[in-house]
Amino acid sequence: MSSELCFTELDAEAPDSAVVRFAGDSGDGIQVLGSQFGLANAMAGNDIATFPDYPSEVRAPAGSTYGVSAFQIQFGGRNIRTIGDAADVLIALNPAALKVNLDELNPGSLIVVDEDAFTTRFLQKAGYEESPLESGELDGYRVIRIGISKLTLAAVSDLEVTKKEAQRCKNFWALGFTFWLFNRNRGATISWLQKKFAAKPHIAEANIAALNAGHAYGETMEASHEINPCNIRSAEMEPGTYRMVTGSQAAAWGLAAAAELCGRRLGFCSYPITPATPILHHLATLKDLGVVTFQAEDEIAAMCSAIGCSYGGALGATATSGPGMALKTEAIGLAVMAELPVVIINSQRAGPSTGLPTKTEQSDLYQAVYGRNGDTPVPVIAARSPSDCFDATVEAARIAVTYMTPVIMLMDGFLGNAAEPWQIPDMDKLKPIDTAHNVPRDEERPFHRNSKTLARDWVSPGRPGLEHRIGGLERDILSGNVSYDPENHQRMSQIRFDKVHNLTKDLPPLNVEQGELWDELAVVGWGSTYGPISRAVMNMRAKGYSVAHVHLRYMYPFPKNQCKVLSTFDRLLVPEMNMGQLVSVMRDADCPPAEGMPKVTGRPFTIAEIEAAIAARLEVKS
Amino acid sequence: MNIQDPANPPLKDKDYASNQEVRWCAGCGDYAIIKAVQKTLAAVGAKKENTVFVSGIGCSSRFPYYIDSYGFHGIHGRAPAIASGTLLANPDLDVWVITGDGDGLSIGGNHLLHILRRNFNCQILLFNNGTYALTKGQYSPTSLKGQRSPSSPMGVIDPPLEPAQFAIGAGARFVARAIDTQQKQLVDILTQAYHHQGAAFVEIFQNCVVFNDGMTESFAAKSTASDAQVMLEEGKPLTFGKNGERALKCDPGKLNLKVYDVGGEEDDGHCEILHDPSNRTLAFLLAQLELPDQPLATGIIYNDPSPSYEVETYKQIEQAQENSQRRRMNDVLKQGFTWTI
Ligand code: SF4
Repeated sequence: MSSELCFTELDAEAPDSAVVRFAGDSGDGIQVLGSQFGLANAMAGNDIATFPDYPSEVRAPAGSTYGVSAFQIQFGGRNIRTIGDAADVLIALNPAALKVNLDELNPGSLIVVDEDAFTTRFLQKAGYEESPLESGELDGYRVIRIGISKLTLAAVSDLEVTKKEAQRCKNFWALGFTFWLFNRNRGATISWLQKKFAAKPHIAEANIAALNAGHAYGETMEASHEINPCNIRSAEMEPGTYRMVTGSQAAAWGLAAAAELCGRRLGFCSYPITPATPILHHLATLKDLGVVTFQAEDEIAAMCSAIGCSYGGALGATATSGPGMALKTEAIGLAVMAELPVVIINSQRAGPSTGLPTKTEQSDLYQAVYGRNGDTPVPVIAARSPSDCFDATVEAARIAVTYMTPVIMLMDGFLGNAAEPWQIPDMDKLKPIDTAHNVPRDEERPFHRNSKTLARDWVSPGRPGLEHRIGGLERDILSGNVSYDPENHQRMSQIRFDKVHNLTKDLPPLNVEQGELWDELAVVGWGSTYGPISRAVMNMRAKGYSVAHVHLRYMYPFPKNQCKVLSTFDRLLVPEMNMGQLVSVMRDADCPPAEGMPKVTGRPFTIAEIEAAIAARLEVKS
Repeated sequence: MNIQDPANPPLKDKDYASNQEVRWCAGCGDYAIIKAVQKTLAAVGAKKENTVFVSGIGCSSRFPYYIDSYGFHGIHGRAPAIASGTLLANPDLDVWVITGDGDGLSIGGNHLLHILRRNFNCQILLFNNGTYALTKGQYSPTSLKGQRSPSSPMGVIDPPLEPAQFAIGAGARFVARAIDTQQKQLVDILTQAYHHQGAAFVEIFQNCVVFNDGMTESFAAKSTASDAQVMLEEGKPLTFGKNGERALKCDPGKLNLKVYDVGGEEDDGHCEILHDPSNRTLAFLLAQLELPDQPLATGIIYNDPSPSYEVETYKQIEQAQENSQRRRMNDVLKQGFTWTI
């Protein structure tokens, strides 16, 4: 699809949405630039979705293609569900950034380059023999060449900053220009800079000067009729107070919120692993709320200490990614056996083994559903968007505490790093997590079981009269003592199974997201494929295709009506960022057969890919 | 001091025994150890409801089932991690970690290292029997070179790990060595371990009558003990032998301990060392003493308390709370850049 943005006609109709990609060297401050631009758009009333795309190397050599850091944002006047298949505007701060991001653009896109960075040295580093600005390679695009580096230095020349400090203002110059391109307000960024550099006011001042200079440069271009700003329609957002949130932030806050909702302390035990680590970082800043975070010595210890936290009476939780999940497996079985609530967040990444740590994949559905020794059922739920990581985490905790079981919450690297506006929930309006039902009343019986949920009581050390022993060995159904009795093991295995399957009674029924039961095709998704599927189905329905979107949250066990709902469609198509795991998990649960649509490139599905898949399977209905 | 409450008479050793049938082999050193632990619990007036025994896997790890308190029989090697979490949730609990040479030093070596380094406030009892007993007698990390077992039919070729040295190296602040059969010393060590703030590591030689019988014979038998052990006492010289006729003293010009005949030719009276448990260098030297030329050091090798992890954790929380207005998640969610539509 070619770019629909028009920067030439003044009175052109405001487009629905725009996709902007910022790219530069890791040291160029691209992520700050992107998130500030996102914030400004959100505050201007756009819905937005953003995603940082940074290199996996910690400090790659300057100017190299593998050191390019990028940030993509889609913003606009409708519900924005993805970051956009391709960009309409690229702001490239060096040749390498141009080179690696050219594939990400729509034909006819606007490319803004920092001409000053296209030196022989940097061209060589990027692997260009001839400057792309001269070679004709960019003919299909609209290229704006600006000497951003020199203009930045000029803009701050009157201020007391070192040359290095001055050079580092380049990103704010570019931001100022981009603000002008889309008629955006600089106010929020200015106050952000003032706050951020409160201790170094001269840095704040220099960045603000660069920001303003970039903006003013746009105005002069406009005056000389070279280019006009483009207005993007604003969205009709539900009234409320909003903030930007990433999936990792939302998951971390979800844990702290869940602990508050059940009146327990949060004990979060984790080991650093990409891309789950930011959850630990966020929670480590919540000590003032009484949150305990523990960076364990390894993944196994993280899981075991989370179990210890729950045993001790706190809400135990951990976060990890695929390889770490594998290490936690034995301990998850212990939590099942000991019947203790633990929330396990798996921010999935491309596997197997170390795989592609910084690339996203829905790699661990099998591992979550099946990956333990013995018959060890564990509820599994999946988040569909960055902000949904909050709700999914709270729900995971609710299930864990209600049923006294570990629960796995699946998110992924894409959701973890992506950001979107989030209507801030009011804690007072969230349903408290009831722990009263599983606090023991019968002083004689620490192994009392709730007859409805089959949950064991949550008996923590410190309570007189209820001293008892738990562990990984099978226990007698009544006394809780170690038991090797064959009949007892059969019964206990059944209880563990029934307890988790009982959950289906409490789960909300599966709904059709878009479309109707009995449509010809249902696109069935789970987790972060929500965005592209939902937009693709919306577009294809508008074109007259009989296609529905069904999105799963409860990956194990499935809601009771799931197979029935799915059986109403003629065909099921499951786009998944793996080799087809949901397809076989569904088969296992006796759902109607589905066709897989696997993608394991480390990148999310594009809307176009899913639209094409739908078109290939259906005729348009008149 | 224990203030006695007539309504709740102090508990006796036996009161700490659970109703579970003990399943160790007859003659196993574990019986003596559990007896010493029960004596200790009674002596210190431990509250059952506040006492937690956490274990891993192995013969020793069955321990929690036999004590009438809270107990968590975990998975192989991971007891220190479970105990750390438990203490993070409730720092007021008295936590005992029960482990063995295989559980604590092989599969769980990493966790043992880190719980000692972090100094969580608990007692860690490592039952050292030099064998994997529960899986029927394979050699363990503390098996001696040459030891024959089903998995080392021609003899062990890897050098053994020495638990006390490991613990001191890991940064433990309380390291002791005891022997199952030496009850009085064991109870005394356990009592001090109980009162120690921070991780107290106690290696207990434990005779496995089935798979490694006689392991302690050469240094713990009545006939050999006084010659083969230097029983450490704070402030006392490092003497041993039936009548204290031998002693460990400085080896002049070397950073070493040397065995002297007390009052003998070489003993000029200048090199005497009095046991100072807070001296880490001395602790290392004592832990390294090796039979048969040197005596084995038993007793409290090292004791130099420092703040424990869970106390520091809650200190940080308090500090953060003092410096912040936020109390609830609502405060957090509304902080930073927000906008209203
Ligand atoms: S096998 Fe050895 S260690 Fe285990 S109970 Fe028997 S004697 Fe004790």
